[in-house]
Amino acid sequence: MLPLNGYLMLTGCVSHRIAPAGTSPIDLLAAREQMAISLGWHIILACLGVGMPALTLFAEWRAVRTGEQAYRLLAHRWAKAMGVLFAVGAVSGTILSFEMGLLWPGMMSRYGQVIGLPFALEGIAFFIEAIFLGIYLYAWDRLPPRQHLLSGIPIVVAGVCSAFFVVTANAWMNQPRGFDLTNGTVTAVDPWAAMFNPATPPETIHMILAAFMVTGFVIASVYAVALLRGRRDRYHRLGFLIPFTAAAIITPVQIAAGDYAARFLATNQPTKLAAIEGVYHTGSHIPLTVTGIPVGDQLRYGLEIPDGLSLLVGYSPSTVILGLDRVPAPDRPPVGVVHLSFDVMVGIGFAFLLLGIWLGLSWWQRRDLPRSRWFLRAAGVTGIAACCALEAGWVTTEVGRQPWIVWGQMRTADAVNPAPGLVVGLVAVLAVYVVMTIGTVSVLRRMARSHRLVAATPDAGAGGDR
Amino acid sequence: MSLAQWSITVLWIGLTLYALLAGADFGGGFWDLFAGTSRGGRPQRELIEHSIGPIWEANHVWLIFVIVLLWTAFPTVFAAVMSTLYIPLTLAALGIIVRGAAFAFRKASDELGLQRLFGAAFALSSVLTPFFLGTVAGGIASGRVPLGLAAGDLLTSWWNPTSVLGGTLAVGTAAYLATTYLCADAVREGRHELAEAFRRRALVTGIVLGAVALGGIVVLHTDAPRLFDGLTHRALPLVIASAVAGVASLLLVLRRRYLLVRVTAALAVTTVLWGWALAQYPYLLPPAATAGVTIAAGAANPAVLSATLIALGVGAALLIPSLLWLFLLFQRRDRVPSTP
Repeated sequence: MLPLNGYLMLTGCVSHRIAPAGTSPIDLLAAREQMAISLGWHIILACLGVGMPALTLFAEWRAVRTGEQAYRLLAHRWAKAMGVLFAVGAVSGTILSFEMGLLWPGMMSRYGQVIGLPFALEGIAFFIEAIFLGIYLYAWDRLPPRQHLLSGIPIVVAGVCSAFFVVTANAWMNQPRGFDLTNGTVTAVDPWAAMFNPATPPETIHMILAAFMVTGFVIASVYAVALLRGRRDRYHRLGFLIPFTAAAIITPVQIAAGDYAARFLATNQPTKLAAIEGVYHTGSHIPLTVTGIPVGDQLRYGLEIPDGLSLLVGYSPSTVILGLDRVPAPDRPPVGVVHLSFDVMVGIGFAFLLLGIWLGLSWWQRRDLPRSRWFLRAAGVTGIAACCALEAGWVTTEVGRQPWIVWGQMRTADAVNPAPGLVVGLVAVLAVYVVMTIGTVSVLRRMARSHRLVAATPDAGAGGDR
Repeated sequence: MSLAQWSITVLWIGLTLYALLAGADFGGGFWDLFAGTSRGGRPQRELIEHSIGPIWEANHVWLIFVIVLLWTAFPTVFAAVMSTLYIPLTLAALGIIVRGAAFAFRKASDELGLQRLFGAAFALSSVLTPFFLGTVAGGIASGRVPLGLAAGDLLTSWWNPTSVLGGTLAVGTAAYLATTYLCADAVREGRHELAEAFRRRALVTGIVLGAVALGGIVVLHTDAPRLFDGLTHRALPLVIASAVAGVASLLLVLRRRYLLVRVTAALAVTTVLWGWALAQYPYLLPPAATAGVTIAAGAANPAVLSATLIALGVGAALLIPSLLWLFLLFQRRDRVPSTP
């Protein structure tokens, strides 16, 4: 999962700067869209790849401990889905490492060595993931239960590590460190300083938590729909409760982590924060504007909380917030899309918080799910909502970094492949991803349906779905 | 050896492992394509699926390893290769994604129509992907990739005699390697009629591959004289070793010594790859119309190389035992592979 770029075309914003000689603006746009599509697609699979093994192992652990059939069944079915998702995630991730060079050779030529180390480490972590996933998925019968359970642990650890390593590279693009630039070539490279740049803690924490939230809500939403349709047996209840509880517990932590990440921007990348919050003019007593659209050089039609942003950033209304006026116009990211996607992400996050509280209260009172069908209806859309929040978050951080690909060092337009015809590549990639999406969704749906058919026959059990 | 030389050596080990391991997986797809009708080809397809199912993802990671190491250790060369050979590499990337996804989808589907659709996508992309990767190798080896961003010809850099030879050899090698693995796997599963079928294919593919390689000498003589010169002089011992290993493999297939064939076939491929490296040493991008780039000139900052090599060394200590466990676990005969 290599983050690079934003959804400018989809949102009608056009790049500020004309591409250098050789690359037509349309090819630059095509390169950005291709990266955005492949990254936006892969990031969902990557999140599931990080989160699903943990949930599956939890279910298997409960099965080994309690011997209960419902847990066993959950572990088996999640593992089976994980096999498909991991395969698709692995190949869609490979494309991204190709695209780093195919689309952004200008960046890789100069900075490839600076960000190479975390990718090499990620390669190792991913390798371990792939090896143990092969063992975990195919060796249910070849290993004793406890050993099989243990064989899954490296998948979880390596998954979290690889997410960490890759995100450090994106953090570096926001806070480039660990090199000197002499006559256009990097010298005195310190790959560790590049990897542990100031943006690494806020970005990696936020992303890893997001991966577990996305996984939890996506799986829970599948079972929420089943519960709504009246399949209220223990299997479906556990299938809902395990992932939903995990995600709901992480939600408040994630809100705090997001606050930390935003506050980090105030000191380290004020231009991005200014775009996120639509702050055009530097000053104190800056309000927090929820929604709104940029008109001229202000955010209109939004809900304004007086002094809100100043309070959030510095706990005092007199905190000064640096605005977009601090940088020349060509160096400003587009406010509309960055601000709106940020609000989408935060809005969904708080909605998750409320749902979690709802479940918590109901559980505390009567050890059961809320009686209202509206709870399950809301839970049924959390999967899609979590994916939306994930994408919105990436749009915020990537478009918020524009027009830079490496913040303050290299413009996106200077990094792109000068070869003509990148538009053709975009069309081909788009076509393949559309087909892949249809394929993935239909295969998973068929898998779920065949599970139901098995469950409907007597003697349904772990042996039945082989 | 300098840090840069260590780096290219490690990279080349990764490339060799990718060619040997993932090559055989692509070859599995090749035979899937030619396995015949849904009913008649079913046993063959099942054998292929069993053989590559647990391991193809791990094998595939070697490619990521090679790409990442190339951009880390030789960033300008990486940028030159990727930007000039944009077309075949994009096609190979799409082939990789279709191959992996379709394989996983087919395994998860239980309807014949869907299995056929995904199977066809899997098989076709298994043939096209190594072909495009082979054309990339041919473009680099024949000196058609100059330094700079998209500085080479976007079409003739990969659509030329050496590239087509490279692509054909890649597909043939993949197919041949796969037969040697599948023969042994079939015997282990007690499917002797399948072993015989793949034995015939191994013989035919081996002979065709040898003929293409011989014809290739003529192609290289006219199209890539520098490479030809290197292969016939400095790298000659490796080229001869490859030929010997190739002939030995054929004899071993004839005598049904399938486990030994794996060794000689792997040796034949390895010697070709290292022969190529030796032939163009010390160049990463050999000179032709423009000045080439040597290993020393293309190398990244020493601090990067040493950090990366150390990280990979530590990684290898974790990876090698894990990989051995994976392979041994599924080479054991005791129980039928089954999935959750």
